[in-house]
Amino acid sequence: MVNASIETHEFDVVIIGAGGAGLRAAIESIDSGAKTAIVCKSLLGKAHTVMAEGGIAAALRNVWKEDSWQVHFRDTMRGGKMLNNWRMAQLHAQEAPDRVNELEEWGALFDRTKDGLILQRDFGGHKYARLAHVGDRTGLELIRTLQQKAVTTGAEVFMEVKIVELLHDENGAVSGALGFYRNNGSFVLFKAKSFILAAGGIGKSWKFTSNSWESTGDGHALALWAGADLIDMEFVQFHPTGMVWPLSVKGLLVTEGVRGDGGILKNSEGKRFMFEYIPQMFAAETADSEAEGDRWYEDKANNRRPPELLPRDEVARSINAEVKAGRGSPHGGVFLDIASRRSPEYIRRRLPSMYHQFKELADVDITVTPMEVGPTCHYAMGGVRVDPDTAKATVEGLYAAGEVAGGMHGSNRLGGNSLSDLVVFGRRAGLAAAQSALEKGSSKLSESLVEDALNRALKPLNNPEGENPYTIQHDLQETMQALVGIIRTESELVEAVEKLEEFKERVKGVGAKGGVKFNASWHTALDLNSMLTVSEACAKAALMRKESRGGHTRDDYPKADPEFGKTNHVVRLQGNDITVTPEPLPVMPDELASLFEGAAQPTGITESKEVK
Amino acid sequence: MADLVVRLWRGDENGGEFIEFKIPAQEGEVVLDVVHRIQATLAPDLAVRWNCKAGKCGSCSAEINGRPRLMCMTRVNQLPEGEPIVITPLKTFPIIRDLVTDVSFNFEMLKKVPGFKPKPREADGTYRMYTEDVERGQEFRKCIECFLCQDVCHVIRDHEENKEHYAGPRLFVRYADLEMNPLDTNDRRQLLVEKMGLGYCNITKCCTEVCPEHIHITDNAIIPLKERVVDDRYDPIAWLGKKIFRKSKKVETDAK
Amino acid sequence: MILRYGIKLVTVTKSNPENVGTKVSLGGVRGGPDVKTLRKDIWWLPQVASGIGLALFVIYATWTAFRNGNYYDGAHGRDYLSPFYSPCLASNCTYKTASVLGTWWKLSPALPILIFPAGFRATCYYYRKAYYKSYWLSPPACGVAEPHKTYSGETKLPLILNNIHRYFWYFAVVFAIILTWDAVAAFRFGNSVGMGLGTLVFIVNAALIWLYTLSCHACRHLCGGHVDQFSKAKIRHWFWKKVSVLNPHHMLFAWLSLVWIGVTDFYVYLVASGTIHDPRFF
Repeated sequence: MVNASIETHEFDVVIIGAGGAGLRAAIESIDSGAKTAIVCKSLLGKAHTVMAEGGIAAALRNVWKEDSWQVHFRDTMRGGKMLNNWRMAQLHAQEAPDRVNELEEWGALFDRTKDGLILQRDFGGHKYARLAHVGDRTGLELIRTLQQKAVTTGAEVFMEVKIVELLHDENGAVSGALGFYRNNGSFVLFKAKSFILAAGGIGKSWKFTSNSWESTGDGHALALWAGADLIDMEFVQFHPTGMVWPLSVKGLLVTEGVRGDGGILKNSEGKRFMFEYIPQMFAAETADSEAEGDRWYEDKANNRRPPELLPRDEVARSINAEVKAGRGSPHGGVFLDIASRRSPEYIRRRLPSMYHQFKELADVDITVTPMEVGPTCHYAMGGVRVDPDTAKATVEGLYAAGEVAGGMHGSNRLGGNSLSDLVVFGRRAGLAAAQSALEKGSSKLSESLVEDALNRALKPLNNPEGENPYTIQHDLQETMQALVGIIRTESELVEAVEKLEEFKERVKGVGAKGGVKFNASWHTALDLNSMLTVSEACAKAALMRKESRGGHTRDDYPKADPEFGKTNHVVRLQGNDITVTPEPLPVMPDELASLFEGAAQPTGITESKEVK
Repeated sequence: MADLVVRLWRGDENGGEFIEFKIPAQEGEVVLDVVHRIQATLAPDLAVRWNCKAGKCGSCSAEINGRPRLMCMTRVNQLPEGEPIVITPLKTFPIIRDLVTDVSFNFEMLKKVPGFKPKPREADGTYRMYTEDVERGQEFRKCIECFLCQDVCHVIRDHEENKEHYAGPRLFVRYADLEMNPLDTNDRRQLLVEKMGLGYCNITKCCTEVCPEHIHITDNAIIPLKERVVDDRYDPIAWLGKKIFRKSKKVETDAK
Repeated sequence: MILRYGIKLVTVTKSNPENVGTKVSLGGVRGGPDVKTLRKDIWWLPQVASGIGLALFVIYATWTAFRNGNYYDGAHGRDYLSPFYSPCLASNCTYKTASVLGTWWKLSPALPILIFPAGFRATCYYYRKAYYKSYWLSPPACGVAEPHKTYSGETKLPLILNNIHRYFWYFAVVFAIILTWDAVAAFRFGNSVGMGLGTLVFIVNAALIWLYTLSCHACRHLCGGHVDQFSKAKIRHWFWKKVSVLNPHHMLFAWLSLVWIGVTDFYVYLVASGTIHDPRFF
């Protein structure tokens, strides 16, 4: 035994994650008078939020006076195939405009309307042009604005710290988090009265993903291990348009803004195929001819929107079907064409970073040539089950906001709703966590808990001859891509669950060569724990949902089932086992339910013949 | 395809050396892909920072063949064929290990910036700004904080002691963003000259050359700031005009 | 080899703040090999080229400034005045623009006026970059270590004087107007209007001087760059936008106007000295 001292910090509120939700929570928490720290796995300002391109959805009514929070709420619920937590969707739609205006007050420079107001753009699933944006780099603007505000407000930031476990006090409340500085491997313990998880997504468990190395589901796993419930883990959004070529950037996102600004999808026969895939639920508001679709860009009041702007799950599935039918592009995608539809100047002005991205990475000039695109793993709808008003998890002392929280988006998220989700629920989490922390007395953390957690974290380093973590990570990604991908089926899901058991064994024998200083293989070995946990949660929840809905498509159950439409799947850790329990969805009050009267219900996978 | 030869700097504050790796070439790769393959197969503990791999987060900054670049935005086929690819950590900042450096200097400088302070909203509760008002600032806000400009700037690259009184190009872009913001009410010019070392810049334009976001750092941020400083303290006519005709903004003299 | 830890928790408080949050490292050990540069391209070429170019011009300009002869051709019905001697302000001028200086000035009449264009170019943001790199090696090229032990940039005398660039710009506008007048005057052939090859040389000279003067960074600032909210200053925004189109080409205009002013002077010298005959178009 070596006696070592561990750097320990005490705060009222500790926020894990420094993306949009974490930063917004920090600002609110500090404003509420709580001593607040932000802990993030990368450098400040590098979080995945920077990747958001299209915009932030809010019924500001700058472009369309007809818009309102009710319409936004309705769009969100329909996009989520009615599986959303209604209260979250309501709060989100109601508060998003204030959160956007507040960003402007903190220095964000959004694109403007002719009247000098914040400009809003069209996006899939949103009835009106609703996305406040800055070209196609809205996420960067959001994170920079919040980062600068948080730093000015006085947040303490612990950069490049990976949290390995949350720890409970004697009353079972989360009151500690053990982590280590990635740059020197020294451990650090945070004691706090409230912890906010704002750790983002889980996309790194799939092979083709728009997510960065960080999206290993740490937040989801930390919550589950700490005894919190997760919900809706089967719903993973595959963004319809990721790059498919060159291989090294396969999965990299192509913003929906391309379609919002006039881009169309074509198959190898040059056919604009989306007209074949309009589901009944959206038939009333979708153009049924190319001519009408094209007119819509100019005259939105008198025409219906083109089917390229259907919700993401519908478009992703349609692309998948085209490729499967042998009508794909040379590299296994379809063509996204804006070159033949808009002038080069327009494209460069509206989509500068897309132009840049294709030019530099694929050597393709998108003002001349169509892009090749295909579905890519993008977003986890599922996450920590929270109380809508306070973002509180089912364990005392724990809160969650942003992608790591579940319920807000139901079975499918609309584009633009993630950035607004971050700031709406980031603020609510910060407020509630701070208030609760300021009321609470201090608690005691057992040193033996810390010691156990620490020794678990060091295990890979003590086993330098163990299996290479990159190999396990690679195999896990292959497995999830192949068996729990965009189209799922019973036998494959069963196989996935079995394989994940094998991975658990392999991870026990994982080893990391080298020392504690910025050792990427050690970090990867530890990330594997979270990746495996979320993969298992996803596969098991997917196996139980015998229907197709939103981000969960079953080949063997292609229809939406109204019974499943009333059910959330709750994932819990019982002993060492991850279990899934169906529980009833909270019921919407009548005044909100009336917004949906007469509307078509979700039908599941759309077979073009059935719809027409 | 032929093998690639990659010469990577490995080491920490106790010293280091070039290690040469031979790895099969693959089509369409960027330098970061090659580094990742080396990490996954030949050197698992290789330290390298990266996040988005799409030129949007600014994490994978390094020096490739002596030039500061993002590894994720440097295609292998842009580099001289048949020659070794030489990759070293950013030179201006202390090394942590291998390709990872301690860039906290930049974050500390960012902390010192007196923040955005907007004027009150208009009577209807909005802020009226037009495209022409925001366009100029939007260029500055494209910055992804990769700190390549800070790395290449000879003021601190070659003179460590200047870090105490020189903020660097990234910070000047940030100051320009604030100073030219139509809503902001602070005047940070005195601070820029006295504490942030704007006068140390001798306009070599190296920062502009390396900027992966193609921000015209020198022409659009630094020189306009220098000119604004001239208004403030080297130009009696402008100074007098300001006294007579315009209300001054709140003058910031000290860092936060 | 890492062993099991026994734990002692040490709470970090504000009393030892160096342990709170991210720390700044000054003077840490840097990575990479201890060499001047790892660049593989011919990084010295642009600096050597512009260094030689500037040196050649300075040599030529010195010769011209002290030449004090053959700078005006009025003898062949032409009215060509070398830009190095315009406006000619001394009593000893071959062609007097205005005899402001009086009779006491005995040296070349080029010298008192050349201070202004020389000052304009010496404080120009582009030329500063060029001479700092080519002559002062500060730095020799981007990413190449500079040889100096210390560096204070433009914070001290004399380099802090570069901040008066805009005053030279005011004069530069006056000079541009005068050189434009000289170009117009080059159409004067005795009592009639005509045009020779020299006229063309003068027009190009005036045009390039205007392009260089208007693309200046100080000009861009004075025209509108100082405004924070363009929507409330529409005219200044218009000017700023126009200047912003020219400004990125400031280096190009700097070189072209520099070379051409030499060409113009040399042409006048050749014609005035009778070495060549200026062809007349009409």
